Amino acid sequence: MIEIDHIRNISEIEEEIISEFSLFDEWLDKYEYLIELGKELESIDEGDKTDDNLIRGCQSRVWLVCRSSDGRLWFGADSDAVITKGIISLLLKVYNGQKYDDIIASDFSFIERIGLKENLSPTRANGLLSMIKQIKAYALAYKEKEAQQ
Amino acid sequence: MLFRPKTKVCLVLLQVMEIIEQIREEFPALHQQVWGKPLIYLDNAATTQKHRKVLELQERMSSLTNANIHRALHKLSADATDMYEAGREAVRLFLGAESREEIIFTSGATAALNLIASSLVRSHMIPGDKVLVCEAEHHSNIVPWQLACEAFGRSVEVLPVEENGEISLERLSELLEADDRIRILTVNHISNVLGIINPVAEIVRLAHSKGVLVVIDGAQGVVHDKVSVKEMDCDFYVFSGHKIYAPTGIGVLYGKRSLLESMPPYMGGGDMVDSVSFSGTTYAPLPLKFEAGTPNFVAAACLKPALEFATAVRDDVQVRECERRIVTAMVGELQQLEGLRICGLPQDLSLKTPIFSLSIEGVHPSDAAQMLDKMGIAVRSGLMCAEPIVSRFSDQGLLRVSFAPYNTIFECETFISKLKLVINMLL
Repeated sequence: MIEIDHIRNISEIEEEIISEFSLFDEWLDKYEYLIELGKELESIDEGDKTDDNLIRGCQSRVWLVCRSSDGRLWFGADSDAVITKGIISLLLKVYNGQKYDDIIASDFSFIERIGLKENLSPTRANGLLSMIKQIKAYALAYKEKEAQQ
Repeated sequence: MLFRPKTKVCLVLLQVMEIIEQIREEFPALHQQVWGKPLIYLDNAATTQKHRKVLELQERMSSLTNANIHRALHKLSADATDMYEAGREAVRLFLGAESREEIIFTSGATAALNLIASSLVRSHMIPGDKVLVCEAEHHSNIVPWQLACEAFGRSVEVLPVEENGEISLERLSELLEADDRIRILTVNHISNVLGIINPVAEIVRLAHSKGVLVVIDGAQGVVHDKVSVKEMDCDFYVFSGHKIYAPTGIGVLYGKRSLLESMPPYMGGGDMVDSVSFSGTTYAPLPLKFEAGTPNFVAAACLKPALEFATAVRDDVQVRECERRIVTAMVGELQQLEGLRICGLPQDLSLKTPIFSLSIEGVHPSDAAQMLDKMGIAVRSGLMCAEPIVSRFSDQGLLRVSFAPYNTIFECETFISKLKLVINMLL
């Protein structure tokens, strides 16, 4: 696990990803990179690929698990489609280890800024949009839980 | 002298290419760019592009001849009614039906199948009777039967297809022989996943010999095969306008007159009645008995130019030649790719239409479809609204490529080479 001291905030990581993607002139290179990220993404435990953790898209499936420690959230996610996995990898990079409020306040617009907006369109039905909603829902739920304690 | 045969082949190819180019000119949607690339539209089994004459009629009728049909004495209404009925006559001719009473307009093939299922299950089945549904059906030809059967105490049985996607007449015969409660058989003419022309006439003969009624889903059949309901002798045949160059929102139900007459109406409303009172309502004669409410009369009228075009290309030797070349190229080239399977490959290749559903080992269909889209190539991925048959081949869905007569051999070759590139990137 990354040391909490070393976690940069959401916008810093987003900016880094945006500048990384600005190097690609061609969509093909961008997708090649996404595919590479997708292939490298560590799979979650087969045991975690349960129906409860499944975000069902018509096109591809996404599994999302979440745990909290010290007011921060840690996610693991997987998909059967590699481009979807590539985008998942970016989302995890940004949101892993972040505080509840920072996740709730975030607008996920960096995906649009790196030119992958169409991947979040509901018609894609690839589970990504639901995954983002689920990330926020986890943050809200944990925040509420904390407030009650 | 030695080169003559080759020159002749080239000449034929050139002529074919010229004909296809002329056809393309009639389809405005084909001449656009997607993501900065010229569009290669290969999702025709989902919906086809619209012919210029269809678009012109749609525009003209919506702007000038817009009046409700069958309802008024004024000129515009009479003209709109004439155009609507001309659409019906075009369908009658196209299907080779005997009378206009046998042609019912619906909103699509889905609505037509819902109508048949709901009505027939009540009028021609008793509790305990069964409907035999082919495994390779579109959800539109599965779910309406499940709904109707559940509501009225009937049940659904499955006719499985063979490993290569073909329907075995022997197996069908055995199933019909073994179960005398089967009253209705419903089966596709050409499956939207498998793309194989089924032996519908033989299927009908077999079912009729056991006293079983036959419903044919012709949504793909009308596009890729010649249809004569009289020769086929099916009891019902349905198709959608938007899959055959006409606008969305119009579909056709053909039914044998005696059957349609003995079936109860499906939807109630205006135009489908003879006389309405609270002590009892009587219904209009066919075909209006099944056409409640204001129909999509513009789209119905547009079926005329659409079906005239469909007939012309279906009967054109050179267009057929191009289609054969595409099928041959697709099968020949794709079969060489390791880990790729064409789902639905008949022993007799002349029964294969240019609808190809592919499973590729290690490649998720949605990834491939997304990459191809970026290259300007429109294909479909997923379950194709036919989960039972698709899940037999893959639990991730399939990649479907479907051609229309306006697709060129060049587009086919481009697709094949781009697919190879995509597979290389994804593996």
